[in-house]
Amino acid sequence: MRTPIQFTLNGEDVAVFAESGSNLLDVLRETVGDLTVKGGCWQGTCGVCTVLIDGAPRVACVTLAEACAGRSVETVAGLRRGPDLHPLQTAFMERFAAQCGYCTPGMLMAAKALLDRNPAPSREEVVDAIGGNICRCTGYEPIIEAILDASRSNSRRSA
Amino acid sequence: MTIAVKTFSRLGEAASALSSERGARFFGGGTILMRMVNEADPNVATIIRATDPAFTRISASSGRIELGAGVTMAAILADRELSFLHPVARAVGGPAIREAATVGGNLFAQNPYGDFATALLALDAIVTLAGGFGQREQPLEEFLASRERSGAILVTGVAFKRPAADAFRFTKVTRVRPKGISVLSIAAYLPMASGRISGARIAYGAMDRTPVRGKAAERALEGHALDASGVGPAVAVAADGTSPVDDAIASAWWRREILPVHLRRLLLGAGHV
Amino acid sequence: MLELRKDIFADERDDNLKEIGKPTARQDILGHVTGTSPYYDDHRFAGMLHLKILRSPHAHARIRSIDDSAAARAPGVKRIIRAADVPVNLNTLLSLIQFGKDDEPSLASDVVRYKGEPIIGIVATSERAAQEALALVRVSYDPLPAVFDVEEALKPGAASVNPTYPKNTFEYYGKYDHQKLRYGDADAAFAKCDVVIDERYQMSPIEHAPTETNGSIAVPDTNGRFVVHTSTQALFFSLDTSAKINAMQSNQLHFIGGTVGGGFGGKVDTLTEPLAILAARLTGAPVRHRLSRHEEMQFGSPRGAERIYIKDGMTRDGRIVARKVRAYFDSGAYTRLSSYAAVKCAAHIPGPYTIPNVHADVYCVFTNRTPATAMRGFGVTALDFALECQMDKLATAIGMDPIEFRILNAYRDGDMKAHRREAKNCALIECAQVAAEKANWPIREEYKRMSSRNGGAAAAPHAPAAIAPSRQAAAAPQRAPYDRVSAAPTQPAPSPTQPAPSPPPRAPQPAPAAPTGSSHGAPRFSSVFGTRRR
Repeated sequence: MRTPIQFTLNGEDVAVFAESGSNLLDVLRETVGDLTVKGGCWQGTCGVCTVLIDGAPRVACVTLAEACAGRSVETVAGLRRGPDLHPLQTAFMERFAAQCGYCTPGMLMAAKALLDRNPAPSREEVVDAIGGNICRCTGYEPIIEAILDASRSNSRRSA
Repeated sequence: MTIAVKTFSRLGEAASALSSERGARFFGGGTILMRMVNEADPNVATIIRATDPAFTRISASSGRIELGAGVTMAAILADRELSFLHPVARAVGGPAIREAATVGGNLFAQNPYGDFATALLALDAIVTLAGGFGQREQPLEEFLASRERSGAILVTGVAFKRPAADAFRFTKVTRVRPKGISVLSIAAYLPMASGRISGARIAYGAMDRTPVRGKAAERALEGHALDASGVGPAVAVAADGTSPVDDAIASAWWRREILPVHLRRLLLGAGHV
Repeated sequence: MLELRKDIFADERDDNLKEIGKPTARQDILGHVTGTSPYYDDHRFAGMLHLKILRSPHAHARIRSIDDSAAARAPGVKRIIRAADVPVNLNTLLSLIQFGKDDEPSLASDVVRYKGEPIIGIVATSERAAQEALALVRVSYDPLPAVFDVEEALKPGAASVNPTYPKNTFEYYGKYDHQKLRYGDADAAFAKCDVVIDERYQMSPIEHAPTETNGSIAVPDTNGRFVVHTSTQALFFSLDTSAKINAMQSNQLHFIGGTVGGGFGGKVDTLTEPLAILAARLTGAPVRHRLSRHEEMQFGSPRGAERIYIKDGMTRDGRIVARKVRAYFDSGAYTRLSSYAAVKCAAHIPGPYTIPNVHADVYCVFTNRTPATAMRGFGVTALDFALECQMDKLATAIGMDPIEFRILNAYRDGDMKAHRREAKNCALIECAQVAAEKANWPIREEYKRMSSRNGGAAAAPHAPAAIAPSRQAAAAPQRAPYDRVSAAPTQPAPSPTQPAPSPPPRAPQPAPAAPTGSSHGAPRFSSVFGTRRR
């Protein structure tokens, strides 16, 4: 049975019909067409599909899509403002924080969830923030450094 | 097969639908249920949701704490009056899972999951159930022992007495940090009278089919001080009465071997997540 | 941060390092941070169908019957794919370079040989419809005795896993059941050693667990061609394998590799493309075949488990005089890349050390486990784990510092290796010295002064004769940019006082490959055949 779902995606209104019981990851990729969200396990265990819902990090693959009605969903597609990259994106590039790149969208959204709420996190807080995101390539250190870099550049900007 | 999703604004209605709809399962946070749906599990035909505010209510300002079954781990972490439960909530999944995972869902999580249920067991929690019978309460220990046979019953909340300051401890042993599935977890409520344990409650996660009480250790701790010689007898019988299983995370043998080590550390004050 | 020790081997370098030592951004990093790097699944096609596979729940069983009639009628099902539908239903990856016999079906028909083996495929309008239809397929099995241990598999009477190799070992050169390395006489040498250590090392299979699972999308194109978007690490292997299994010409396939979402060797086996293409041919529609996480774990090849026995003999001065290795690769039920792993293992023995007596037997064994494959240095890394653990044990037994022990036994330029090649451009000693320095690990001055460039063959007291000069000349010296420039042509090592042991017979040349439909003029890899292309 197809059910209507309306929400905002990266600030834009979205209205689609999706199969009842669909998860948000499949709706975003297959129905809405946002392919920047990636899927790794469809079990909620790898964090690759991390998105923000009303500012909170969520794993889209075990999120009921129709429960997102009226909510604000953010994916990595919404990070940059036109040609300008988000400080997290710049920091990931500069710190070699991606190799195969598959975990990167999820890592960026988990990091954004952290920095939006806690602009000057400790290293431990960064590690906890990406604690639900698996990376098989980098060994995590470059990612942690990139997130700390981005937080410092944020504080420089607002200083 | 198409999945039907039905949402109710009253817990009572949700409970009725749960027992009357074909292949109905209740949606807490979805971390377990959506995986089943994604794998086309034929047992799930209808998803029942509740938007009743009672479901996500935290009442924690008095000596009796009540948590709606829909309260998430993140909500617990955000509540200062529940700081003694923060080590437990923090040990469940990563940040994204904690935004979804619920108290109620954790009660049904299969071994080796269920760390929050383990903590509630040490806190001697009562679960409130809603079903054809209306509402009733059941001690958590009884609920866990019979949960596979409980049929389409909805847990609407849990309640327990606020523990004395610093009397509640929790540890979770995992191979992966910060997030990981339990090799085992231990929750301990350690009330003292004149420097000696009086009425301890110890619960283990991943040491049996469901979270269970470590009653041998509790009895051996009674009247003792929390020092090296005082905890010795309890540590010696730590694993008595448990039946851990072999799984992908650890063998039963390993769990039995390390349980006393971690119990000892928890009792002597090294206890943290 | 990055320190370039150009002082080491300074006279051999021309300082032309233009890229090393400077940070260079990955060309795809912008795509990664914007989520726009194109993985195979980031392409959508109208009317795309979904292929899911029914897999064996048994490690070893005869299939008595398959009833897919209910599945065929299930909602959304467009086609059922059975073993009989696969044009060429027996293959091995390295048949593309004429190495090994076809042994693995794309879909099992009579016997299943590992848990997770594919049996039938269902193509449907959604993944869910395909999964629900799979649940309606009724298969009856007669379980068979299974074997899970490499040494058990080699005992007489063990269950036979793979009918192409009925004795549970891969066949090299059409008749040998293992790889063999012989140099000097290890057994005789042990008798003269002061310390002998004999140990067994074991590792488990290791799952690559890439965050992106294996998958592909096959799309009918024009003129009988198919476009295939795939996660593969091995684009041309996958194209040629898919062509062979589908009995197509390779120019009917247009393979487009996606950014690989983690491979590590786990995406070299052409796991999904052949059946995706077959499904597209049979339905006329684009078909996606994507492994779930569970399938990636169970069916996707792991790094093969290895069991390695090492017996070493040392004299009191700390020199390893004899090394005897017996290694078993657990290939699982089918060959995939384990045959090659065993060759690499044999080529790596005895490690970067000069040992005058080396004896090795390396087996590629079949068991009823998930077929194993490449992973990051496969064939070598597990062996190195075993060798280096052994080196530490030897050092402890003789009371030597483990780094000094390695420096003492390290090969040096001019040493004869067990494979009858002269060691060149050795650098283990210098690496060990720098590592010790960086770790503040004290080693004695004498060891700090040692060098890969001297103390080689002439100084080794027990070294057997080099191979005859005529053979030596036939091996044209390799001229790489950093080759040591010799003033004089290479001299064979002086004969020791003992009579030289007669060298073992040369490995026979492999028989010319029988012509096959898909012989693509493949090159010969000398590491595979043990001969050098002259």
